[in-house]
Amino acid sequence: MSTTATTYGARDHARAQAGTVVETMPSIPASSWPSPPDGVEAEALTWAETVAGGGYTHKVLARGTRLRLTDVDGDACAHLLLFNADGPWERLNVADTVKVQWNAYLGEKVALLSDQARVLATIVADSSGSHDALCGTSTVDGNVEQYGDGAPEGPSPAGIPLFTLAAAKNGLGPRDLPPSLSFFQGVRVQSDGGLEFTGSAGAGKSVDLRLELPCVALIANVAHPVDPREDYTVTPLQVLAWRDHPSTPDSPEWTHTPEAQRAFENTADYLTAKGIQ
Amino acid sequence: MSTAYESQLELTFDVAARAPFSTLLRQGQELTIIDIGGNQAVDFLCYDAADTAKRYSAAATIAAQRNIFLTTGSVLRTQEGAPLLTVVADTCGRHDTIGGACSKESNSLRYGQHTRFQHACVENFLIEGAKWGLGKRDLVSNVNWYMNVPVEADGTLGIVDGISSPGLEVRLRAETDVLVLVSNCPQINNPCNGFDPTPVRMAVTGGGE
Repeated sequence: MSTTATTYGARDHARAQAGTVVETMPSIPASSWPSPPDGVEAEALTWAETVAGGGYTHKVLARGTRLRLTDVDGDACAHLLLFNADGPWERLNVADTVKVQWNAYLGEKVALLSDQARVLATIVADSSGSHDALCGTSTVDGNVEQYGDGAPEGPSPAGIPLFTLAAAKNGLGPRDLPPSLSFFQGVRVQSDGGLEFTGSAGAGKSVDLRLELPCVALIANVAHPVDPREDYTVTPLQVLAWRDHPSTPDSPEWTHTPEAQRAFENTADYLTAKGIQ
Repeated sequence: MSTAYESQLELTFDVAARAPFSTLLRQGQELTIIDIGGNQAVDFLCYDAADTAKRYSAAATIAAQRNIFLTTGSVLRTQEGAPLLTVVADTCGRHDTIGGACSKESNSLRYGQHTRFQHACVENFLIEGAKWGLGKRDLVSNVNWYMNVPVEADGTLGIVDGISSPGLEVRLRAETDVLVLVSNCPQINNPCNGFDPTPVRMAVTGGGE
């Protein structure tokens, strides 16, 4: 008789698996993460996780959170969507983000804007500079064409179904998913409008976001949709978040552009009326 | 029999300056958008009529053609990459995919709070979309026919003077049954309409096969 033939045996078998450590998993509680960033107390950590290539994760984050995404091995691609946690009909608008700030490329001091002209998050540090706000994430059909498969359970998951799953776990459906942005695989626009894939800036690069509103964050770590490589190439993404402070009028991001300043002022106006500090 | 039926499907409609418009296109039908007065941005969304959760995705469209501009041969795709409309003719040359729609909210950022109550494309999309059961969740980054948005080498982008002129047209073929949602852009704070919003003509032809 096998050890799992009875309820008692099956229970023991299941319980004996606990404590296994693998490369790609969350640390729960986050304070148990072995190597907090310099200057950050372990107790301040609110999210610590390594997301596998082809994986996804999601979290509801407080205003003032600092969110650090790190491309551990040099081929992560962190596709990101943000929603106002208090009313997720307000969400990241990449068109407004690039148009309002007169800039197609993501980098330090860029505000990630909602469709309500408020700042969901600010990019406060960026050692990569290789990102994309134009191409969104990958599709099942596109991955089938390039790699032979795009399903979540397959060897080369596409971003759209992973976002669909992450959204569902926050009460959101396919209609709630706008175009996303992505970090760590660069795309540049040529003078004729054509796209040039510039790829990764290398292992260990990171991007820090400061959450200016309470947000639902959805992250899919999948190969970029215009990555020309024949093999599905995406390596683990490290996600760390800790309690920190939102931007203030003294922050350099606040006055980086007159448009961003008005977006911060709109955000403050909204928070004041709502009674959020 | 089919001739009479087809003729009923055809439509020509002038959309007033600053107004919304919507129509259903049957698979195989064509929609021609005519820039009557020249340099009039036509903000445009489209949906799979059988399931409006499947809708135009600027990102999927850009990624599939590896270019941010639309012109003859471009295919407007859903977020899953499925073709909705193909550009089959274009006498203008290129059209915008990255600038999105103007809104009262984004006007407050781009120009100041004094523009907050000017009419805007998102207002048109919301009020016209409501006729079809669509709401705010259904609005995403849109096409801007006739709008000129170059990107410089350093990433600087902007809505600049148009390259369109009176009478230019773009023609789209429906690859499936498609719901089209239009805002004839009312923006007066940038050059997308030459600072003078004008009517545009919509002509639906063909189909019924």
